[in-house]
Amino acid sequence: MTHDVLDIAGLNKWFGGLRATNDIMLSVREGEIHAIIGPNGAGKTTLLSQIQGLLRPDDGYIKLDGEDITYEPAHKRARRGIARSFQITSLISEFPVITNAALGVQARLGHSFRFWKQAGSDLELLEPALEALRLVGLDRRAGSLVRDLSHGERRQLELAIALAQKPRLLLLDEPMAGMGRQDTSRMISLIAGLKGQYSIILIEHDMDAVFTLADRISVLVAGHVIKTGTPEQIRNDADVRAAYLGH
Amino acid sequence: MADITAFSTSRKDALAAVALIAMLALVPPAAWLLHDPFLVKVATRIVIFSLAAIAINLVLGYGGLVSLCHAGLFGIGGYVVGIAAFHVSEPIHLGPLVLGGSSDLAITLPLAMLVSGLMAMAVGAISLRTSGPYFIMITLAFNQMFYYAAIALQKYGGEDGLQILSTITLFGVDVGNRYRFYYVALAVLALATLLLGRAIGSRFGLILRAAAENETRVVVVGVQPWAYRLVAFTASGVLTGLAGALLAASQQFISPVDMAWDRSGDLVVMAVLGGIATFWGPILGAATFIALELMLSSWTQHWQLVFGLIILAIVVGLRGGLVDLLRLIMPKPAGKTT
Amino acid sequence: MTAALFAEQLLNGIQLGVMLFLIASGLTLVFGIMNFINLAHGSLYMAGGFVAAIVYRYTGSFALAVLVAVPAAAAIGVVMERLVLRRFYGRGHLDQVLVTFALILIMNEGTRMIFGPAPLLIGLPAMLSGSVEILPGVGYPIFRLTILLAGLLVAGLLYLIIMKTRLGMWVRAGASNRPMASAMGVNVPVIFSLLFAVGAALAGLAGIMAGPILSVQVGMGEPILILALVVTVIGGIGSIRGAFIAAVMVGVVDTFGRVLLTPALGSMAIFILMAAILTFRPKGLFPVHG
Ligand SMILES: Nc1ncnc2c1ncn2[C@@H]1O[C@H](COP(=O)(O)OP(=O)(O)OP(=O)(O)O)[C@@H](O)[C@H]1O
Ligand SMILES: [Mg+2]
Repeated sequence: MTHDVLDIAGLNKWFGGLRATNDIMLSVREGEIHAIIGPNGAGKTTLLSQIQGLLRPDDGYIKLDGEDITYEPAHKRARRGIARSFQITSLISEFPVITNAALGVQARLGHSFRFWKQAGSDLELLEPALEALRLVGLDRRAGSLVRDLSHGERRQLELAIALAQKPRLLLLDEPMAGMGRQDTSRMISLIAGLKGQYSIILIEHDMDAVFTLADRISVLVAGHVIKTGTPEQIRNDADVRAAYLGH
Repeated sequence: MADITAFSTSRKDALAAVALIAMLALVPPAAWLLHDPFLVKVATRIVIFSLAAIAINLVLGYGGLVSLCHAGLFGIGGYVVGIAAFHVSEPIHLGPLVLGGSSDLAITLPLAMLVSGLMAMAVGAISLRTSGPYFIMITLAFNQMFYYAAIALQKYGGEDGLQILSTITLFGVDVGNRYRFYYVALAVLALATLLLGRAIGSRFGLILRAAAENETRVVVVGVQPWAYRLVAFTASGVLTGLAGALLAASQQFISPVDMAWDRSGDLVVMAVLGGIATFWGPILGAATFIALELMLSSWTQHWQLVFGLIILAIVVGLRGGLVDLLRLIMPKPAGKTT
Repeated sequence: MTAALFAEQLLNGIQLGVMLFLIASGLTLVFGIMNFINLAHGSLYMAGGFVAAIVYRYTGSFALAVLVAVPAAAAIGVVMERLVLRRFYGRGHLDQVLVTFALILIMNEGTRMIFGPAPLLIGLPAMLSGSVEILPGVGYPIFRLTILLAGLLVAGLLYLIIMKTRLGMWVRAGASNRPMASAMGVNVPVIFSLLFAVGAALAGLAGIMAGPILSVQVGMGEPILILALVVTVIGGIGSIRGAFIAAVMVGVVDTFGRVLLTPALGSMAIFILMAAILTFRPKGLFPVHG
């Protein structure tokens, strides 16, 4: 059996009276793309935020490579190799594109208490950053300002920052959201290219993308995982059809 | 090819900083030619407050932290110089230990930097756990605490302030001379500007600036901004204390008035007036502030009213400070579009 | 310290606390709801004091002074909000600091221009001068006692309004969840103006109360504003209950600090108190925002 990178059990999160995640049980295997699908407000983003450490679970546990990280702060988890591209892009708009990517590089190179050498000409930062931009096809825009990027390009940059971190586990929150058809198919082939190199949780509403990319799919409804299985199993599952695909 | 170094301090910025320092260096010869030594006195104030303004801008413009305790830190630097000089004639007896005072800047300036840096670190450690408005209010409160602490120093003049009676020296050389002192202060400013210009383009600066705009982004790549902010705040305190020390040495006097909370506001205004998006902008701001203060106060006794209106106009209108105004006036470099 | 002195200072401390609460309540609500940091709030306190002093000088009536000065402070507050501050709600805190700093300079210097630099005095009506015996053989000025009671009354009233009325419900909803308040269909601009007026009136009232004890002068607003900020921070921004408890705490500590130590050292005591509290509770004693 393949080794589990991520292992979650009994995860609960309440927002006042709303149980946004409800007893979630989930695992991600080494090198797989595990897609999570579910209607709007099902709790997908809330789940990712708990994995990443931006939200504190009310109970349950999260293990990365067998180690309990349930209450570890987000920056330490990032150091362990959890990276995320946000559903709502979260970039540094006053910086050039490459400097945004460099942020992902810099964080894994140890501390940043370096005061003299200029980051803008530091090849140790720029080369891996450019490499990450090349991976997502954004290298030609390296010197542009973020505010001059199109929506699709911003989504690509989100992914580039995460890749620059050389993560162990990649959390992708609707990477194709709001993209045109062309950008979407580029992003699909891009993620397909990452397959096997990273362990990935992919949240996506685009079902074609999900069934193309995923090794396994979990269906989240009202905060609860109602089914986990291969794309084939999910497609043919009566409960899933009733709860989600059938609408 | 895209300009991938666009993040760091550009040649243009470096040139602007050098030009400003060079212009300041020309003030004494000009004053000598014009037989107007008062100019040097004003320029000394400009240099000293420029140092404080670029220092506060490290946290304000680059760290996104509005600190209102910098006048306090400034005053602490000044009091260190004043108190050290006070004890030249009256050594401190600690049991068998006798501590003599000093009015040599080679000793007192580093001491002032150390003390104000430690104070800044203490304030930062408490106030940086919060953010935004809490940070503003807490730093303001700490400023007031430093202010009352200075008043409580009965031995050193209390409310009336502390006069420095011994001669100020640097490595034994008398720098009481106005011209000589001016170049000492200017050299300090030049060095500080260089250091800050490097720091904001460095990896450290990258984290500090990124966290100011989007803290979550920095945290999720694996960096805890707190420690970087604390270092920035402390460094800013060190330089601000240094400026206060220079002020005390230059006017041979320091008093609680120099650390009143509205002086902190003045420092923020200086930085904003010049422009907080560049490391050299605050020098321009400090010069403008002091020149304005001088002109307005000779024109009307109610100059603060006019000054308030000017600040109001700037906040409502000119968001990028004087640097923006310069950009509007100067022709755009060819070949670049925005 | 004798029991008599202790009782007197305790009352003085609570009375200062009540005054601080009047100022801080406006500050904390405006902040909690509009996310706006108003350093010029102390100017409204000064305005209340000055208007009262002027009315008193020309009419000799303390009651009339109060009746005119409180609405006047409220009016000045509303003008300030409508004319200037309103544009700054959405802006960053730096701009808010700058604009209110500018307003302080303008208000202080403007007041100095009109009334001159000399402090003004507000005398006491005969009814409120003299003292009462609070302990056998210990007198306490009636005026201070009146302030204390009036302040407590206003504080209680405010608490009831915030906790029990529909208006108060909106205000609380706004303080803990701004988008929710707009979604509930609360007419936000009107509520803001109203809130500002109430905050200004309370600050003005505090300024009047301070008149006969301290003197009315330019710059009187800022030291008290900073104390009120400390109260706000200790109490937790946006929390009325927190503001009240913190205000009394600060008032008592400040008063005893000044008596037991030198005035300057005593003034430091509350800042040390603040630092100590924030070290353990960075968001104050009663945090409202998550
Ligand atoms: N910080 C919060 N406070 C209160 N409720 C929240 C918070 N964040 C999310 N929620 C609620 O929790 C539920 C789950 O939200 P979440 O964003 O995780 O859904 P999602 O599955 O990612 O939806 P979408 O497909 O629209 O992105 C929603 O009802 C949402 O309104
Ligand atoms: Mg979501």
